[in-house]
Parts: sequence; C-alpha cells; structure tokens
Amino acid sequence: MAEQIDCGDALLQLSAFLDGELTDEKREAIDDHLNRCAPCDGARHFEGELRIVIQDRCREEVPDDLRQRILAAIANDTK
Amino acid sequence: MADQATFAEAATPYMGQLLAYARLHFGKVVEPEDLVQETYLNAYRAYGSFEEGTNLRAWLFRILNNNYKNALRTKSRRPVKFEPASDDDDIEDHYFMTHTTPEDVALDQMTHAMVRSAVESLPDSFREAVLLKDVEDFSYGEIAEILDVPLGTVMSRIHRGRKMLQKTLYEYALQEGLIATPA
Repeated sequence: MAEQIDCGDALLQLSAFLDGELTDEKREAIDDHLNRCAPCDGARHFEGELRIVIQDRCREEVPDDLRQRILAAIANDTK
Repeated sequence: MADQATFAEAATPYMGQLLAYARLHFGKVVEPEDLVQETYLNAYRAYGSFEEGTNLRAWLFRILNNNYKNALRTKSRRPVKFEPASDDDDIEDHYFMTHTTPEDVALDQMTHAMVRSAVESLPDSFREAVLLKDVEDFSYGEIAEILDVPLGTVMSRIHRGRKMLQKTLYEYALQEGLIATPA
C-alpha cells in the first residue's frame, strides 16, 4: 500500500511528479492521493497544461544569418 | 577527447535551443545572439577537453549560462534577483493551485507575447530553472549540473517558478479581458 500523504506534500511535489523525477514509491503515493483528492487532481491538470503552453510559446527558430555568422566565426577562429 | 573538426556538425543542431533560452532568460540584459555566438566559439576552443559521448547539449548550456553570469558581472548593470527566503508554500498558494482550472485562466488563449512576458517577469533563478525544464526538457539532474546548484534547489525553483507563472498568467487574463473579473 502506498504511503499516505496530505495535500501540502502532494502539491509541493507536484512539479517533480509531472516531470517524472520522483522515486517509484513517491510517485505512487502522490498518484494515490491525486486519485482520491479532486482539488489536488485539478492542480495536476492545470500544471500539466501550463507546461505544454510554456513549451509551445517559447520555441525559437535560428535565423539563417545568425547560423551563418556563428559557423563563419568558428571556421575563421585561429586561436 | 573530442575532435575539433567535428564540432560544428555535432553542436549546430542545438543552436535554436540555446537561442530560445538566451532570448527569454537574458534578452533584456545582453544581446542573446552575441552570447550564443560567444558560447559556440568558447565551446569550439574547449572542445578538446570535452569528453565525447557525454552530454554535449548540457555542456553547451553550462557554457552559455556561465557566459551570461560573466557578462552580468562585467556590466554590473543589474544584480541577479534573489529568490524569496522561504521554500514553503502558503495556504493561499495551495488554494489558488487547487481552485484554478486552465479555463479559469484562459490558458489556451494565451498568446506567445503574454507567456513570454510572464516568463521574463520571473526572478532569474526561477526563470532559468523553468526554461531549462519546460522549454529545453533537461532532467533535474542535468539542470543541477548546468546551474551548479543542488538537486533539491532545482526542484523547488521549478515548483515555485511555475506557481508564479500561474498567478501572473491569471492576472494577464484578467487585464486582457480573456476572463471575467471575479465577483
């Protein structure tokens, strides 16, 4: 049976839970809590969506001229 | 030992990731493009000491981050913002976390500009941790190595950084009229 944890612990470790950074034991304990606690499960849902939105809105393409500039700097480096 | 001749081919694929991080993390303080270029040049010169087969991407980010810290020191225009002393959540944080849905904050309507501005508003130490996780998808262990901080610190900064973002985005949604002001 999974270790019993309270809402405070679950929320404190929610990021690490979502990022797959907990031990199996901790993960199970939090998963167990989330399955029984609707508000904490709501927090999981929100943070899960937030991670996707941050990732999606913050990506960049390298402009061609910058790529060329950097490669030229390396090619011409004599140090 | 890595062969310098293979550097460009091995390192070029990560250029976009370094640029994304540089623009969001320190675009307001130094020219991100210049710092990415400097990073590639430093990495090229030091490539002989890079152990082939280890994590080139994390190595590049570590150099980039150190270059940023050096640039800050040289400029000393802006001290790095310190994080609040306490690592604990308070009751208000928990209430907000557990009583806010993505719809409450109109998350899917958040524009690039809004999200980027919210990320930029984070204190430095939280911003770098959140970007390295959410945008660059490094593991906590890799982030600890890049930033040279303990694993527990990475965990707490990501947790608190996301929580701050949640609140900031909620405020933006109110300001922009994406959601109604609570009665």
